[in-house]
Amino acid sequence: MSEKSEQQRLSVFKTYKLYVGGKFPRSESGRVYEVTTKTSAADAAGKGKWLANAPLSSRKDARDAVVAARKAFGGWSGATAYNRGQVLYRVAEMLEGRRDQFVREVADAEGLSKSKAAVVVDATIDRWVWYAGWTDKIAQVVGGGNPVAGPFFNLSSPEPTGVVAVLAPQESSFLGLVSVLAPVIATGNTAVVVASEKSPLPALSLAEVLATSDVPGGVVNVLSGRTAEIATPLAAHQDVNAIDLAGADEVLAKELEIAAADNLKRVLRPQPVDYTETPGIDRMTAFLETKTVWHPTGSLGASGSSY
Amino acid sequence: MAPVFDYAPAPESRAIVDIAPSYGLFIDGEFVEAADGKVFKTVSPSTEEVLSEIAQAGSEDVDRAVKAARRAFEKWSALPGSERAKYLFRIARIIQERSRELAVLETLDNGKPIKETRDADLPLVAAHFFYYAGWADKLDHAGFGANPRPLGVAGQVIPWNFPLLMLAWKIAPALATGNTVVLKPAETTPLSALFFADICRQAGLPKGVVNILPGYGDTGAALVAHPDVNKVAFTGSTAVGKEIARTVAGTRKKLTLELGGKGANIVFDDAPIDQAVEGIVNGIFFNQGQVCCAGSRLLVQESIQDELLDSLKRRLSTLRLGDPLDKNTDIGAINSEEQLTRITSLVEQGEAEGAERWSPACELPESGYWFAPTLFTNVTQAHRIARDEIFGPVLSVLTFRTPDEAVAKANNTPYGLSAGIWTEKGSRILAVANKLRAGVVWSNTFNKFDPTSPFGGYKESGFGREGGRHGLEAYLDV
Repeated sequence: MSEKSEQQRLSVFKTYKLYVGGKFPRSESGRVYEVTTKTSAADAAGKGKWLANAPLSSRKDARDAVVAARKAFGGWSGATAYNRGQVLYRVAEMLEGRRDQFVREVADAEGLSKSKAAVVVDATIDRWVWYAGWTDKIAQVVGGGNPVAGPFFNLSSPEPTGVVAVLAPQESSFLGLVSVLAPVIATGNTAVVVASEKSPLPALSLAEVLATSDVPGGVVNVLSGRTAEIATPLAAHQDVNAIDLAGADEVLAKELEIAAADNLKRVLRPQPVDYTETPGIDRMTAFLETKTVWHPTGSLGASGSSY
Repeated sequence: MAPVFDYAPAPESRAIVDIAPSYGLFIDGEFVEAADGKVFKTVSPSTEEVLSEIAQAGSEDVDRAVKAARRAFEKWSALPGSERAKYLFRIARIIQERSRELAVLETLDNGKPIKETRDADLPLVAAHFFYYAGWADKLDHAGFGANPRPLGVAGQVIPWNFPLLMLAWKIAPALATGNTVVLKPAETTPLSALFFADICRQAGLPKGVVNILPGYGDTGAALVAHPDVNKVAFTGSTAVGKEIARTVAGTRKKLTLELGGKGANIVFDDAPIDQAVEGIVNGIFFNQGQVCCAGSRLLVQESIQDELLDSLKRRLSTLRLGDPLDKNTDIGAINSEEQLTRITSLVEQGEAEGAERWSPACELPESGYWFAPTLFTNVTQAHRIARDEIFGPVLSVLTFRTPDEAVAKANNTPYGLSAGIWTEKGSRILAVANKLRAGVVWSNTFNKFDPTSPFGGYKESGFGREGGRHGLEAYLDV
């Protein structure tokens, strides 16, 4: 036996980073904060085990993320729905391949046993698949022709609202995160996601999956840090079109909703959600606009039509 | 250009409408005075004649009306949808029967031409009630899941530009879905809403289901802030819309806002010029331009600018401005002195900023509030008249060279309500329509409305849709 194998191998830690515009920067502020395992109420006296130092995002990081999301909006919203579906499905494929990693991270983040964490991760992968299938169906479900009382062709179609700030749920760090993120991007919006404050690691690792899943850079941007600190500039940002307040408490949600009124962001208020249940379509429709296009039909005359 | 021939006056008779010297608030099925006894006058903007004296609702009255609506909610929401439907069908039919009376009334109180109230407002009002009546017993099939529930009491605040039509857009879907309402009409146009209260009585609508509270902005603010209101719907200015959004923040009130606009009407070089000119005129001079979805920015392709503007000016010279009750009148009165002041001030700024102002020879009546159709050329995107909603008969003309430039300029606004496209090329219509960030895009037409067709804005033009299946969502707990 060689000397080397007798030594215990020192593992390689991961530096968790932000995900902005398809790149993995540190916070421009240079700040990090300690992320620990979740501890149950019984042993809450003691701190959880140190897991990693996550970037503590600043206001500037939030703004950079909005710029990246806006830049990506034209391409992503202009992609065919079929293409977006393929990309989202690819996310599920990549996740499946890194299943064990996420089981470990979710178990640590949410204080779950490995088997319970596995259930959560499987449900999360399946959620991506569910939304991947929605991309090219939602338009027919919520749009359509309108039988107007006149000689007009009249069609209503859903279109993405634009850049959506998403405050991921604080407790459900992975399934909850995907349950609020996937519906936003499925329809062609781009997102700035604020990860669960205490449990940001599954979100930061998800970014690595997104980066290798054909999701164009900037479509999803992931920030970790203090929710209130990052969400406040996002809610007030004039180039953000909508905000999902899932991860805000009541007091913060009200403050953010007031700030969001300045440019009339679409606001999805926090509400109790069981993320293990199959969702409805309301998280998609919350960030969709309806565009109605009219054109005269006229009648067939000598020249074909008239208006 | 001298008129080819003159028109003899052809006034619609106002004998068909009997306006009482005073009106109360409509609360719990009765007309009552305001708790503090306050009243205000409503005038005819074309003559400044006082039409009637109206009770002015204060916060105590708001509370009374919300309580009445809350009491009525239990029974109204429990009615089978088929029964609610029949009330709404009744209302639609009575509106049709009384439509000429209401058209004359609306023209008197608002100042818009009888041609418009008779041929646009009133038919659309009746159609809207007829349309939503049919939804009341079919909500299970509306795509919001089985048995979608109403929200409760809806507080609704509407503007003065289409008083009865905006009332219909608000009340019809609210009642069809089982909500009860407290509605505040605008202070300059309260009459048609009060006549509607009488129609509710004629239809036998249960007491408290519809309550009408005339008043000013403070009445609306009290209604929106009332803790027992479950739903707020507002049509009006973007500034007030933002204030309302702040007010309801942190509550469970559902909010829909239909706000301002600065619609671009894009004319490409292959457009049928005559039809485009008609569309441009309709887009900005319909209802004296006091339309949130007005095509107030004309974007014309540079190569046809001269030809189009010549045609447009020729057409504007034939528009007839004057007595709104005259059946030949195209341009009526501006709704209020306040609005006239705002239009005048923005137009003066346009001139001061260097844009070129043009109006046809146009004699304005001596009394009342009037503004001649006005066109600005040499307008840049930085000019206030290209950015601010003027809400008057004022068109700002800008030019473009390529479709990309047209789209970029059209979208260069915080608003996103409407847009127009004029071209003979189908693929260009679809490509441009696809890129415009606006809730309604009219191609080779403009200012068309229909109860089945969802209407509402992108960006700062508000959120939520009115009309069609989409319009139900605002009033359902979904």
